[in-house]
Amino acid sequence: MELLEVRDLHVSFPTPDGLVQAVRGVDFTVRAGTTLSIVGESGSGKSVATQTITGLTRGARVTGEARFDGDDLLKMDGEALRRIRGKQIGMIFQDPLSSLHPYYTVGWQIAELIREHENGTSKAQARARAVDLLKLVGIPYAERRVDDYPHQFSGGMRQRAMIAMAMAMNPRLLIADEPTTALDVTVQAQVLRVMRRLQVEFGTAIILITHDLGVVADLSDDVVVMYAGRPMEKADRREIFYSRHHPYTEGLLQSIPVPGHRVRLTPISGQPPSLVTPPPACPFHPRCPYAFDRCHQETPPLRPVNMSPTHLSACWLPLDPDGRVQARDELHRRRSGSTGEGARTDATSVTAAPSRTATSQPSAGA
Amino acid sequence: MSARIPITTDSRREPSGEVLLRARDVVKHFPVGGRSLRGMPRDMVHAVDGVSLDIYRGETVGVVGETGCGKSTLARCLTRLYDLTSGTLEFEGQDISTLSRREMRPFRRHMQMIFQDPYGSLNPRRRVGSIIGEPFAVHGLADGADRKRRVQQLMELVGLNPEHYNRFPAEFSGGQRQRIGVARALALRPKLIVCDEPVSALDVSIQAQIINLLSDLQAEFNLTYLFIAHDLSVVQQVSNRVMVMYLGSVVEVAPADPLYATPRHPYSAALLSAAPVADPDLAESRERVVLMGDPPSPVHPPSGCRFHPRCPKALPDCSEMDPVLEPRLGDGPEHLAACHHPLADDERLPVGGAVEAGIPEEES
Repeated sequence: MELLEVRDLHVSFPTPDGLVQAVRGVDFTVRAGTTLSIVGESGSGKSVATQTITGLTRGARVTGEARFDGDDLLKMDGEALRRIRGKQIGMIFQDPLSSLHPYYTVGWQIAELIREHENGTSKAQARARAVDLLKLVGIPYAERRVDDYPHQFSGGMRQRAMIAMAMAMNPRLLIADEPTTALDVTVQAQVLRVMRRLQVEFGTAIILITHDLGVVADLSDDVVVMYAGRPMEKADRREIFYSRHHPYTEGLLQSIPVPGHRVRLTPISGQPPSLVTPPPACPFHPRCPYAFDRCHQETPPLRPVNMSPTHLSACWLPLDPDGRVQARDELHRRRSGSTGEGARTDATSVTAAPSRTATSQPSAGA
Repeated sequence: MSARIPITTDSRREPSGEVLLRARDVVKHFPVGGRSLRGMPRDMVHAVDGVSLDIYRGETVGVVGETGCGKSTLARCLTRLYDLTSGTLEFEGQDISTLSRREMRPFRRHMQMIFQDPYGSLNPRRRVGSIIGEPFAVHGLADGADRKRRVQQLMELVGLNPEHYNRFPAEFSGGQRQRIGVARALALRPKLIVCDEPVSALDVSIQAQIINLLSDLQAEFNLTYLFIAHDLSVVQQVSNRVMVMYLGSVVEVAPADPLYATPRHPYSAALLSAAPVADPDLAESRERVVLMGDPPSPVHPPSGCRFHPRCPKALPDCSEMDPVLEPRLGDGPEHLAACHHPLADDERLPVGGAVEAGIPEEES
């Protein structure tokens, strides 16, 4: 069952430098009780897309629709949206310290949220619920810690307190924007485990926004890969990791070291594009090792690939696995043939740095 | 092309066996909580508590550990940006542990640092040329046209466009700024570069660019790196040897591959198992040891083995005796662990044991 359906979402912000086109046509669907991961690098529009849905992007120009349980969130007024936010849609952010008010105790902040959404709950009842919630997310000595201020919590405990707050009203959707990025791996494992357990226990759907492919592999059902405000590839988790189609997805996966296999990394060359003047047609073509003429001229739509109806890719390469491999090899041969050495793209940047030569020694320290 | 090209000869260099930097029992304590009437500090943060390490010329030593384990403090001690509370430091055989700032000068050009935050570590009001050229100015090495030429060579070397000599840092992206930081560190042809989380603030695709750049430069100039990062797979990728720190002390040090394959110290094992892997099948099949709680306070570290309150294998002796860092279970002299009850080759940490049961976290 579809809980949230986002269709053709466009978000842009007027700035002194021009119109920043942060999101340029995004569709995605969140099924009840499942996790959708939105992956991308800084500036890919992954956070802006979800913040827009929950009405947190003021001053933005927004078009498209976002149906939550059938109602379009983008057409709601502030009051209606506020009732949904916190109650039906919980949110957690990267930095728990700046999301918690330093002046109030953690318990007070959770209780306040409960009383805001439920008329007639007494302070004592709300406080008891806050204690239960803190226990639920694994805060030890919750009865005592409920009266602590945020600064008395460690980073991992703060993030768990944020999850407790987001889960207070038993929402149907939890939006987690880089929930573990600021945390150590050990604490990250704790937090992810809490999220997974809550999902199983309460059937909460999760939108997980992250740049960490390890977290994606761990927690998601469906994945959307975004680049320059557009979805590049959509598939279920296994398809993304084991039979990806889009060169950007491939580039991301080849940029991270594989434990136990020490080979030279293959970075994506160049820099992320400007969102004021995004590249025409396929936004990835300036950095794509397989780009050909059509990629500069026409924007590729999301098309089903690998004969799978759930696996979509916005790329002009052939849609079947064999054809794609052949075409890529062919393009790569032509490319490396025409630019001579061709390799070494990793050391150069899009702003035309000349390739390194053996003679360029720093002569300093002589 | 989609497949990775395996490199038969490892991209990491074989270290020379010659010690570049030798640290013995390095201790760094910071006073906290004000002073008593006699002017004595009330409490001490035991940031680094007795670390000994030899760094060989040409190798990369990775340092991993959770926030607050003292890895950055150690880096700043080894480069003498902090004065040591006690312990000795030798650089190429010369004792530098108590040298004054002025006496340190000649050594400074041989030890450089690259920092995590490419935004915070570059002065926003100075042009890139002057930032990269600063080391020449400080050491009075080159000026005028000569300095400009050298700076532009450096820019080219790290993959920046030399024509951007007169731009400000704000005009560069995060990855390019980190390249500026690398160029500045390289300017004086240092022997040792301490990289403190050099890629943590960068996007995945840019991270790989910087990692490759650092490894190319190492091969070209026979550089020695101390590489601090919290991303365990990045550390394995670049390091010959890896040192695991917990609460200011070394719990395990070993060549990278044996350490990742057969960690001896339960903390190393837990840390490694907690790291996420970008492979769904692997993520599902492996057992993750979820450590409960947070590291205790470094102001009053636990007695004996500092990990014992969180350790699933802890026995009474762990809280009584300080374990020595030495080879365990027949390991060679390269693989040292500080643990009374090390993990055997095929032993797994008990996932459902004390760890799961939830040892109470530290009370603050």
